[in-house]
Amino acid sequence: MADFPILSLLIFLPLAGAGFILTIRGDDEIGARNARNVALWTSIVTFVLSLFLWVNFDNTTANFQFVEKVDWIPAYNISYHLGVDGISMLFVLLSTLLTPVCVLASWESIKDRVKEYMIAFLILETMMVGMFAALDIVVFYIFFEAVLIPMFLIIGVWGGKRRVYASYKLFLYTLAGSVLMLLAVLVMYVQTGTTDMQELMKAHFDPSLQRWLWLAFFASFAVKVPMWPVHTWLPDAHVEAPTAGSVILAGVLLKFGGYGFLRFSLPMFPDASLYFTPLIYGLSIVAVVYTSLVALVQNDMKKLIAYSSIAHMGFVTAGTFTLTTQGVEGAVFQMLSHGVVSAALFLCVGVIYDRMHTREIVAYGGLVHKMPSYALVFMLFMMASVGLPGTGGFVGEFLVLVGAFKANSWVAAFLATGVILGAAYMLYLYRRVVFGALEKEELKKMMDMSPREWAVFAPLIILTLWMGVYPISFLDVMHVSVDNLLNNVQVALEASGSAVVAGR
Amino acid sequence: MAMAEVPNLIPAMPEIFLALAAMTLLMLGVFQKAETADGVLRASRLTSNLGVLSLVLALALVFTVSGGTLVSFGGLFISDPFASYVKVLILVASGFTLVLAQGWLERQGAHRFEYAVLVLLATVGMMMMVSAFNLMSLYIGLELQSLSLYVLAAFLRDDVRSTESALKYFVLGALASGLMLYGMSLVYGFSGTTDFAVIRTAIAGEASIGLLVGLVFVTAGLAFKVSAVPFHMWTPDVYEGAPTPVTAFFAVAPKIAALALFMRVMMGPFGDLAAQWQQVIMTMAVLSMAVGSFGAIAQSNIKRMMAYSSIGHVGYSLIGLAVADVSGITGVLVYLTIYVFMNVGAFACIMAMRRGGRAVEHIFELGGVAKTHPGMAAALAVMMFSMAGIPPLAGFFGKLYIFLAAIEAGYYIIAVIGVLASVVSAYYYLRIIKVMYFDEPGVDPLDSPLPVTITVVLAVTSAVIVLFFAFPSPVIRAAEAAAQSLF
Repeated sequence: MADFPILSLLIFLPLAGAGFILTIRGDDEIGARNARNVALWTSIVTFVLSLFLWVNFDNTTANFQFVEKVDWIPAYNISYHLGVDGISMLFVLLSTLLTPVCVLASWESIKDRVKEYMIAFLILETMMVGMFAALDIVVFYIFFEAVLIPMFLIIGVWGGKRRVYASYKLFLYTLAGSVLMLLAVLVMYVQTGTTDMQELMKAHFDPSLQRWLWLAFFASFAVKVPMWPVHTWLPDAHVEAPTAGSVILAGVLLKFGGYGFLRFSLPMFPDASLYFTPLIYGLSIVAVVYTSLVALVQNDMKKLIAYSSIAHMGFVTAGTFTLTTQGVEGAVFQMLSHGVVSAALFLCVGVIYDRMHTREIVAYGGLVHKMPSYALVFMLFMMASVGLPGTGGFVGEFLVLVGAFKANSWVAAFLATGVILGAAYMLYLYRRVVFGALEKEELKKMMDMSPREWAVFAPLIILTLWMGVYPISFLDVMHVSVDNLLNNVQVALEASGSAVVAGR
Repeated sequence: MAMAEVPNLIPAMPEIFLALAAMTLLMLGVFQKAETADGVLRASRLTSNLGVLSLVLALALVFTVSGGTLVSFGGLFISDPFASYVKVLILVASGFTLVLAQGWLERQGAHRFEYAVLVLLATVGMMMMVSAFNLMSLYIGLELQSLSLYVLAAFLRDDVRSTESALKYFVLGALASGLMLYGMSLVYGFSGTTDFAVIRTAIAGEASIGLLVGLVFVTAGLAFKVSAVPFHMWTPDVYEGAPTPVTAFFAVAPKIAALALFMRVMMGPFGDLAAQWQQVIMTMAVLSMAVGSFGAIAQSNIKRMMAYSSIGHVGYSLIGLAVADVSGITGVLVYLTIYVFMNVGAFACIMAMRRGGRAVEHIFELGGVAKTHPGMAAALAVMMFSMAGIPPLAGFFGKLYIFLAAIEAGYYIIAVIGVLASVVSAYYYLRIIKVMYFDEPGVDPLDSPLPVTITVVLAVTSAVIVLFFAFPSPVIRAAEAAAQSLF
């Protein structure tokens, strides 16, 4: 069973599904229905297969598991090399989980060019899983960048009024960051003669070179995370994207950046990471405080949640660079819980947007009277976003704060204000949309959630509560890998004589 | 009088065959009864089909003579893996564009049998350029190519734009040829020979100032032929004015031939002067990338946009040449290979742009094509993403090897400029996709269905571009072997 190429299967099954949809004839209702069904079942089967990773995963080792390696461009020593460890495995699962959710969420809201839409999502899934599973840096880069193609089309074709502007901005910002990373990848290849990520983690680059490489990778990941001040593409992209596009963007694509810091910046350039830690702290604090304040004054629900995403990702970047076990585990956990919670929040917006076709907060109010179960679901995810104990959001933020206190208490203090501000803008949003008197005529006709919508939310509700109540089942998976990562960083730092990090 | 010794004809078999084929087709065309419209159509179809067949056969001949390095005609002609590799590209490019041209010319009512003959003669000239090992044979090949291309540009002889572009091309082309010839005479004067190998030994080590001036003039002439900035001014006008199939042809085959010639001349006779010309080439590369990316943004005519795009692509290729080592040349060859398919695919789509039986060229005419012609839109989108260098499409790999060569040689600054220029160029490539996918179709859609030849060519080129990532190794290995033979 060990030789079974499960990761390749997870990567290429959605692609096969996309190819199958391509063969479906007819643009009429039947063709669209078939496309939806194929997409749904392909992504569900992929998800079920990905559970196999979870079940067979060995928590006790930091080695990469389910490894596959095939020569690809032998002349340049590049191979198709896949594998997952405790960090990436969870992200693979997040990607495979959110894709069927997205397909189901777009079941009725997408009526135009359904085939192309479903193909785009399945290709997107291929790219996401491939990116998290890649163990060769060129393979990683290809998946990392290829995501832009389906995302550009999803926003541009099925987006809102300013979709063209938003899709261009997403594409060009991300591309500009990634091409610099590509050059850094080439420099690393020229220095070491390998593109194997495990080899590169062992390679000790010259500290002054490390800083340049770190900055080139930072250019790419900072845009993806996104960190202040290169975050401005995100609110535009979120606002204009169709609901499922926002879900996948917030749920998975933002994690590319955080994952990149963990997978490349820390282990490959430890000295530079230490050197640039103050920069990261500074930008993260600005992200947490400033974007939270910006979120407070938004009139558009999606924009508000987009800004809250930036704030939450600020926790992730700060936690990552504390170089403490708690901080890094908190960052990973925060990414996972944010992946679920922010995805769910965008779905919540999507539910009422599908009925009213507006995202303006003032257009709503008093929904609790007509849509009690919607109010309940929205409240759960709103609380999770705030970081209420018992939900996934709490564990991540708490761990990051613990890690930050160990590393630098000022950073922790500033991050903690983000929690308070987070509560402020989320509760304020919730009050304006759900509570109050039901005065607007159009709102009185609104129906509560349909069974399909329940089906969309059910897995996310379960996960949010599971992550909040029993986080150990996730932390156990990543623990050994995170420890190993930090040990390697520590060893490398000691070897190069850099200042020793705060005690772990 | 003693019989001169007959040179070894084997290395030049493809060229000899193609030249004979061109002449035969000329005879065939002339002796067809062309009084009636029907006769004209038959003659043009016959020569076009036979022309494609001759290109295919020449391709087969290239494969049979390729392998080792053979020099013939008293050192005038060389057949080495580099020449063979580039000839394959040229023949593929000429073949594809000739296939596409016939249908377009017929729809335009401009089909004449001379088209195929001229394409074949131009192709012979290009193959001569690639195989030239002497300044004399180089010039003859170049002129055979250029003269055929001038006529092709004027092929729609009743069309003002076509004749204007041909005249512009001719005047500027003649100027460039003059510059180059002057440079060659200087090189000859200061080295005493026109043979590449002897020039190289003659100038080994120290180069006299006269030789350097000659080198500058030769470089300027070649830069004109590849349309590198600052010798690019003719490109947008000629591309816009020439008939679309001719533009498609210009954008691929002559460009590849000229770049190959550029590489051969720079790496061969002037290889030891690399330190002198590298900065010049590098400056041209940076300028070309910049002008190509920024110039294309403002264009509304898709052929003009493609002209700037090709200037930008030349810029990337010149990085590989400026690096001046095996990996640099390998990078250029891989880049050109992919470039052929991207451009043929893109121009096939441009040739398909007709509305109400008339060819249209404005970018906005593509509005909403994704709904009316989903296949064509997908193919053009693939080409555009590939030209922008987005993985996993082939264009990414082209850029990858160029930048790898630059990084290996330590040219970090130029690599950074290159990737940033590629981000800028992504903007206008995306514009095509935006118009096709995000905009609504106008009142009357483009003509459909697409002609069969265009559909087939699009299918083939898209498949190559999309699936290149799966099997890149054979191309890379062949390119590497070809590049090695230059050193």
